[in-house]
Amino acid sequence: MVAYLDHAASTPVRPEATKAFTDALVHAGNPSSVHRHGQAARALVEDAREYLATVVGCQPIEVIFTSGGTESINLALVGLFRAAVEKDAKRNRIVVPEAEHHATLDTVLWLQEHEGAVLEWIPVDKQGRIDVVELQDTLERAGTAVALVTMLWANNEVGTIQPVTEIAALAAEHQVPLHIDAVSAFGHIPINFAQIRTESGATGNAGLVALSISGHKFGSVPGVGALVVSREALLEPLIHGGGQQRGLRSGTLDAPAISSMAIAALVTDKAFEQEHARLLSLRDATIGKIQALVPSAVLSGDPQNRLDNNVNFTFPGCQSDSLLFLLDAMGVSVSTGSACQAGVAQPSHVLLAMGHDEREASSALRISLGHTTTQEELDEFLDALPDAVERALQAGTTV
Amino acid sequence: MIYLDNAATTPVVPAALEAAWPWLTAEFGNPSSTHELGLRAKNALEGARSRIAAWLDCPASDLIFTSGGTEGDNLAITGLAMANPRGKHIISARTEHEAVLETLGFLERVHGFEITWLTVDYHGNIDLAELNSALRSDTTLVTLMLANNEIGTTHPLPQIIEAAHAVGALVHTDAVQAAGWFDLRVGKNGTLVSSVDALTISGHKLGAPKGSGVTYIRGRLAVEPVLHGGGQEFGRRSGTENVAWAAALATAVDALSESDSEALRISALRDEFISQVLTTVPQAVLTGNPVDRHPAIASFTFAGLNGETLLLELEQRGVIVSSGSACAAGSNDPSHVLIACGIVPDIAQASVRFSFSHSTTAEELNVAASALTDAVASVSGLGR
Repeated sequence: MVAYLDHAASTPVRPEATKAFTDALVHAGNPSSVHRHGQAARALVEDAREYLATVVGCQPIEVIFTSGGTESINLALVGLFRAAVEKDAKRNRIVVPEAEHHATLDTVLWLQEHEGAVLEWIPVDKQGRIDVVELQDTLERAGTAVALVTMLWANNEVGTIQPVTEIAALAAEHQVPLHIDAVSAFGHIPINFAQIRTESGATGNAGLVALSISGHKFGSVPGVGALVVSREALLEPLIHGGGQQRGLRSGTLDAPAISSMAIAALVTDKAFEQEHARLLSLRDATIGKIQALVPSAVLSGDPQNRLDNNVNFTFPGCQSDSLLFLLDAMGVSVSTGSACQAGVAQPSHVLLAMGHDEREASSALRISLGHTTTQEELDEFLDALPDAVERALQAGTTV
Repeated sequence: MIYLDNAATTPVVPAALEAAWPWLTAEFGNPSSTHELGLRAKNALEGARSRIAAWLDCPASDLIFTSGGTEGDNLAITGLAMANPRGKHIISARTEHEAVLETLGFLERVHGFEITWLTVDYHGNIDLAELNSALRSDTTLVTLMLANNEIGTTHPLPQIIEAAHAVGALVHTDAVQAAGWFDLRVGKNGTLVSSVDALTISGHKLGAPKGSGVTYIRGRLAVEPVLHGGGQEFGRRSGTENVAWAAALATAVDALSESDSEALRISALRDEFISQVLTTVPQAVLTGNPVDRHPAIASFTFAGLNGETLLLELEQRGVIVSSGSACAAGSNDPSHVLIACGIVPDIAQASVRFSFSHSTTAEELNVAASALTDAVASVSGLGR
């Protein structure tokens, strides 16, 4: 491997997080057991809860550990929806932007098919920004029938950052709970759950009540994530059983992975200022060089308000899969968009939602940076790019 | 220190950690990525799946990696019940693990399912005649565990499967506690789980890390996923696959000794331990089926004693045990399993479960038995 530029899919485990993981493995007990083995594991989990709470600005009791981002998002959406409908059967609408991650899209579509959810789609503009006016109109028109609003803090494919406080205030004003998918944002944007709640006027179950994160996106071992759930949120569990974690998420806690995530969060948070500046400069230099090397390439997403680690271009006349394959052969790992969809050759639903046609949406490359990214890696990529583009152009497109 | 709470959780097998290690460090690729790093992760994931499939004697594509037994039970039960058009009737028993009970409660409350609860006798046995009369044309699913996690009683799965299949209903079994002790080859005639439709396994009960698990769902059966998203695991369980834990689980499975001989050896130790306890402690009464039971579980009630105090006394003597399920530990409610068996709450709260590992020795059990005698003696004076 010469250059790994797919950190948005998964980022290398931080050494501190690996150490936390191995240290925790010696505590073999089940955190729910009352004997000393169990209690040692339990203490690790509770420490981790405190660390993570400090980093995201919430109370420890508000952190619910899960198996990852997808589960967190599913728990938030299904949980808020079921709780709302149980209280008032008329509250069956879900307000959802069109360029969300598949964990959101597939979950709301499932709720539509199986539990009578009515979906209120909010368009995004050419740069992937949520249409806030349309969102406000929807809440004014249907507010009392809305079970929840959900949104990405920052888009995982094109990096566009959304005006979360503004939307959180709208949700609070209309007495509707809001879930934020912060999986791609965590570590790249400062997050303070309580502060957003205060600034946006959240009260009880209205306004920001839940926020999803995933460990392996910021240097934890895989298979662990969290949903921050306000103590005042009305949420039904998704996985039923022994009643662990406020009854919101049953299942034996994976103490080593949880410790690993908490330490990864602390390290990420501590290094934030410096790392943010470093990534911004690498990102902007890379964008500039791609534009110089391939003048036909078009930057996707908001040019200013974008994740510090996201570069996403469409390459007119090229097929993403060809580019990916050619770059991979030269030792450069990038992505066509979300890794979850990467196995399937289909146009990016995010680019389609942003108004691109199928041909354009099938010509995207996402270059995502992370804590191990160096200028040398980016140079390797930039060296390989013109040749890859030229050969991909010869291969042409299939759509 | 003698750890006899292996039914709550087991230590991770060193080989399983070694197998996980590369996927926790240098090999951090997302298995859904199409570049080389992603493909290597994908290959490791599928390799692990194949090895577990060989152990269960099933096609690899019938296996779904999960975050553990609770998620697996949720997925198998909700998934099969909701995707199966036969009707909204499910049969189970109140001695099941909470992961099953709470999932059934959810299906009842939110999706309008009707649950028939089979009665169990004092030993936790169901009555096959009652099962037969409970099966209806709209019965979608029968879910009964292979071996009870608290009292060790095994259900007659072959007869349950035969009866359910005769009317076209599916069978799921929670094999979380059974894995590692019973022959779980679903594809082989003559095993307890032969031709079962779904079976749930949790990694941390058999030497793999917590957070690992696998659920078998037969062939082309439709499944409604619990976790929606990127469409991983053949669309049955979305979420970035945990390659490290899959590799660890497959390795822990490979490290399991031959179930049959091992089970026989531990069963003999168990019986010896049970008779020793029943002889030396007058208050002790065995719970669960004396014969058809899990090889590694010995569980008792101690009428007139305080259960929590007894556990502490044992721990002070270096013997780590539990009163029943770890999930319910810390709560003062008596075990729902014992209550379902008709044991009164006063006696049910004074229960102790000793659960063994593959490396438990006769020597350890001798020490545990005399520690128990001492502990009972010191608690007896206190009453409740």
